[in-house]
Amino acid sequence: MSFPILKLIAQRIALGIVLLFAVSILIFVGTQILPGDVAQSILGQAATPQALANLREQLGLNDPAYIRYFRWLGGVLTGDLGTALTSGQDIASSIWPRLENTLFLAGCAAVVAVPLAIILGLLAVRYRNGPIDKIISAFALASTSFPEFFIGYLLVYFFAVKWQVFPAISTVFDGMPFLQRLQAVVLPATALTLVVLAHMMRMTRAAILNVMQSAYIETAELKGLRPFDIIRKHAFPNAVAPVVNVVMLNLAYLVVGVVVIEVIFVYPGMGQYLVDHVAKRDVPVVQAVGLIFAAVYIVLNIIADIAAILANPRLRHPK
Amino acid sequence: MLDLKRIPLGAWLGLVLTGLFLICAIFAPWIAPHGNGEIVGDVWEPMSAAHLLGTDNLGRDLLSRMIYGARITILIAVLATALSFSLGAILGFTAAAVGGWFDTLVSRFVDLLMSIPTLIFGLVVLSVLPTNTLTLILVMGILDSTRVYRLSRAVAVDINVMDFVEAAKLRGEGMRWIIFREILPNALSPLVAELGVRFIFAVLFLSALSFLGLGVQPPDSDWGGMVKENKDGIVFGIPAALIPAAAIAVLAISVNLVADWVLNRTTDLKGGRGNG
Amino acid sequence: MAKTTTQTAKPETLLDIRNLRIEATVYPPGEAPKAVTLVHDVSLTLKRGKVLGLIGESGAGKSTIGLSSMAYGRGGVRITGGEIVLNGRDILKVGAGGIRKLRGREVCYVAQSAAAAFNPAHKLMDQVVEASLLHGVATRAEAEKRAKALFKKLSLPNPDTIGERYPHQVSGGQLQRVMTAMALCSEPDLIVFDEPTTALDVTTQIDVLAAIKDAIRDTHVAALYITHDLAVVAQVSDEIMVLRHGRLVEWGGTRQIIKEPRQEYTNALVSVHEIEHHEQKAEGAPFLSVKNVTAAYGGGAVKVLKNVSVDILPGQTLAVVGESGSGKSTLARAITGLLPPEQGTVTFDGRPLANRLADRPKEDLRQLQMIYQMADVAMNPRQTVGTIIGRPLEFYFGMRGAERDRRVTQLLDEIEMGKGFADRYPAELSGGQKQRVCIARALAAKPKLIICDEVTSALDPLVANGILKLLLNLQQQENVAYLFITHDLATVKSIADSIAVMYRGEVVRYGSKSKVLTPPFDAYTDLLLSSVPEMEIGWLEKAIAGRRMESAGN
Repeated sequence: MSFPILKLIAQRIALGIVLLFAVSILIFVGTQILPGDVAQSILGQAATPQALANLREQLGLNDPAYIRYFRWLGGVLTGDLGTALTSGQDIASSIWPRLENTLFLAGCAAVVAVPLAIILGLLAVRYRNGPIDKIISAFALASTSFPEFFIGYLLVYFFAVKWQVFPAISTVFDGMPFLQRLQAVVLPATALTLVVLAHMMRMTRAAILNVMQSAYIETAELKGLRPFDIIRKHAFPNAVAPVVNVVMLNLAYLVVGVVVIEVIFVYPGMGQYLVDHVAKRDVPVVQAVGLIFAAVYIVLNIIADIAAILANPRLRHPK
Repeated sequence: MLDLKRIPLGAWLGLVLTGLFLICAIFAPWIAPHGNGEIVGDVWEPMSAAHLLGTDNLGRDLLSRMIYGARITILIAVLATALSFSLGAILGFTAAAVGGWFDTLVSRFVDLLMSIPTLIFGLVVLSVLPTNTLTLILVMGILDSTRVYRLSRAVAVDINVMDFVEAAKLRGEGMRWIIFREILPNALSPLVAELGVRFIFAVLFLSALSFLGLGVQPPDSDWGGMVKENKDGIVFGIPAALIPAAAIAVLAISVNLVADWVLNRTTDLKGGRGNG
Repeated sequence: MAKTTTQTAKPETLLDIRNLRIEATVYPPGEAPKAVTLVHDVSLTLKRGKVLGLIGESGAGKSTIGLSSMAYGRGGVRITGGEIVLNGRDILKVGAGGIRKLRGREVCYVAQSAAAAFNPAHKLMDQVVEASLLHGVATRAEAEKRAKALFKKLSLPNPDTIGERYPHQVSGGQLQRVMTAMALCSEPDLIVFDEPTTALDVTTQIDVLAAIKDAIRDTHVAALYITHDLAVVAQVSDEIMVLRHGRLVEWGGTRQIIKEPRQEYTNALVSVHEIEHHEQKAEGAPFLSVKNVTAAYGGGAVKVLKNVSVDILPGQTLAVVGESGSGKSTLARAITGLLPPEQGTVTFDGRPLANRLADRPKEDLRQLQMIYQMADVAMNPRQTVGTIIGRPLEFYFGMRGAERDRRVTQLLDEIEMGKGFADRYPAELSGGQKQRVCIARALAAKPKLIICDEVTSALDPLVANGILKLLLNLQQQENVAYLFITHDLATVKSIADSIAVMYRGEVVRYGSKSKVLTPPFDAYTDLLLSSVPEMEIGWLEKAIAGRRMESAGN
């Protein structure tokens, strides 16, 4: 590990932090300054001017925008996400259990999808242009074209309704035994896996194929190495970075997919929480959840970039 | 140029299906056997000769709803795509051609927009904006234009450094000739293929929003909204919600097939030896 | 096992290829894939410790034949007929395991681009000894010792520590030598050298070539040396085989091939640089003068041209020679206004040219035309030849319709291409034809000066020769001047009237051709001139000896 590479990583992290701040501004601006009026939205068209004014005062809407932003940001940084307009509950304490649930669901999907995608990607490369490769790319075409709810409801229709092997609604609660919890998320996790699998597989295939077509693979072949050793010694060290990159980008994609899937399975996670409160126009909740989703997304992207930096021999061993 | 015999089977399928969907969308009032909001029978009647696809959660003819839904879905998706494309392509080409601070500024802002997942940002914005079709088109179009911007800028930058563009500049050609005669013809194929991909994305995005109850509002309904209307039937074994969902999938696959074919035609001018 | 029992008395003939036939599947645009034959029934034999040069233009099948000695086909290429007998057995019949045993042990490979052929993730030493360890030729310690000895023999700097470095930390010429060491390390019977010096600068090439030659001699390894440059192959091989379109043209001793070629094609390859051109006297006033031009990239950060002054006379050719990084192409960019000079001026017809391209009037632009190295990217792939040549006519002279088409036909005639080409797209032309179209496009503007930037270096020698002859003819007809940028001194000798030698952004020698090429030389010009391979047996030894003496004298 050398100095320039640490510097690069530090730069990338710093950039990520700057980006997070910029995103927080964007989310704040998006929810506060656009032509909608929060007070009006809450009280509806029939509200009296007096009621509106009171609410504005109560929400601090009469302060200049930047003051409201810093007030909000200060809260976020100290773990205070404010209170929900609709229920008056503390947002932070409602979010944490839901975040846990969402991460559990996404984690289950990732545990299945990541190894599966890499193995299938490798198979597609090994037998490229053969029937396996063709099937995989047809599957990829289908899956990028299917809306998440199509996959979700197909699973529900067959597995929950027709054959009744898994519950249609994924109820989880505090203190639920792990296995039971696992059984509850089988269907949503499967749906989520199907949503990201094809894309991840296709990108893995491309990344590995790119490495396999390098001249140094030919060199190894001409040294008489076995195909397996070529992959292990010569392709793998160069393919790690692009594959990690692919995985991270798809995990970020998975975070988005989770929103729709949670609604389908009525799963008590962040996604459903967000959608509910968008419909109710509960701005503080939307801001908080939006920021957390964006943060997860940005962090995964940073990890992807750092993986790429770490695996690049030119950066690891500078001249 | 275009030899009909050379169009592969997949592309044919895509073209025919896309055409069918378009015809449904355009001639909806003449094709649909019943009106859009007309209640013609019981709730969730099964498929029958009278109602080919059965009826929906309010007893409306599902086939007619599907045909009208095609109209709304495709119209909004087309408008959003048109917006995202013109916005993204114009800004992208300009950034590539002008360079300098303009390029930096726009590119950084696009990076920022893209650092938030599109659906999440869409939801955040829709939580304060009035829910109507115009808002939907604007939000979808603007958010998606970031991707078009990236692609068209990258394509234009690549072409801009080619020797033939330099040759044109040395000849003294103006900006118009360089953009429209040198760069655009070479950027067209990837952009047309991207147009297909963006349209699919718009369809899926709109459907997701409507499904979540934040897109097209009743009594109008696009396919995503129809999934939402009929989803409660699923647990009773009524597949009505699956039909609009499948329609979305078929439309997306058809357009994908066409886009793939257009993209593959790009390499036609090059040819070469494959990696058998 | 035949190999172990004959270890002491190996057959005299190392490699015997009989009636080799190689095919590949091609995918022509818009048509069904079809099989084409790349190599038609070629036979060759190679004795132990001898070097056979395989020479030919692109598409001759020389690399394909070379790789077949390792039973390897690149990119979907299949060996479909014949026998390849190596060390007494047909390697096409030994199965995948048998092939792996011979690769890296009996036959090793040196690629054209060592930079791409080394794995960026591993240290050089690990890659150099890999084959020796894999085949059990030596223990790690022995192999490393041998590798270091080879590094030393190949005159690599710091032979004891260079193995600890990663490929990207070592220069291209050095990597090529490390790759040779890698091939020699497992003490194979045969090495396939695939254009090992083609990507190198000429002054680097000579060192690598000498190192390879010494190493071959000292280790008694046999070699197949593949190249398109007859002068290079004449230095290292015992025999030369000339190939064309996958067929054998001529095969003989090196002396016979270069001195008494029996086939017309071989003769053409041998005499390729002999172009009749009498130097024109430097009379009259220059119409374009570059005065004290300094230019830099990155807002003055990287100076690439330092105080350069040259003149160009009407209807004459100024050749600018230098290696990569000498600033010769930057000079062209400064003259055309693509890279405005920081200091100095370019005067044209006695008045200064605007520094920036955008500030120049159309007439000035017309007078200065340019031809590029890569003809296929210098033409818009979406325009027909007619549009490409016709556009300058429209743009500068306002020609339209039939008048324009007539002139296009005329120009096509001048570049020795028929009228039928006007409707073709660039992708449908051969490399030489593309370059001709670019010449016609430049000529269409009726310029006073055409800047030719390495216009022949991407072409096969015979095609390049045709282009040079065409350029000389056109110069006489149209009285156009050329600024000819090249790294190839042989080209310069055949076409220049005056020469500027550039080195690290400066003109180190400048004058008429006869003056520049006559001693006494400055150190760099001497190095450059003495590095250009000559079609002479023993040239390499002489050149290296000359350089040693000189460095001893200094």
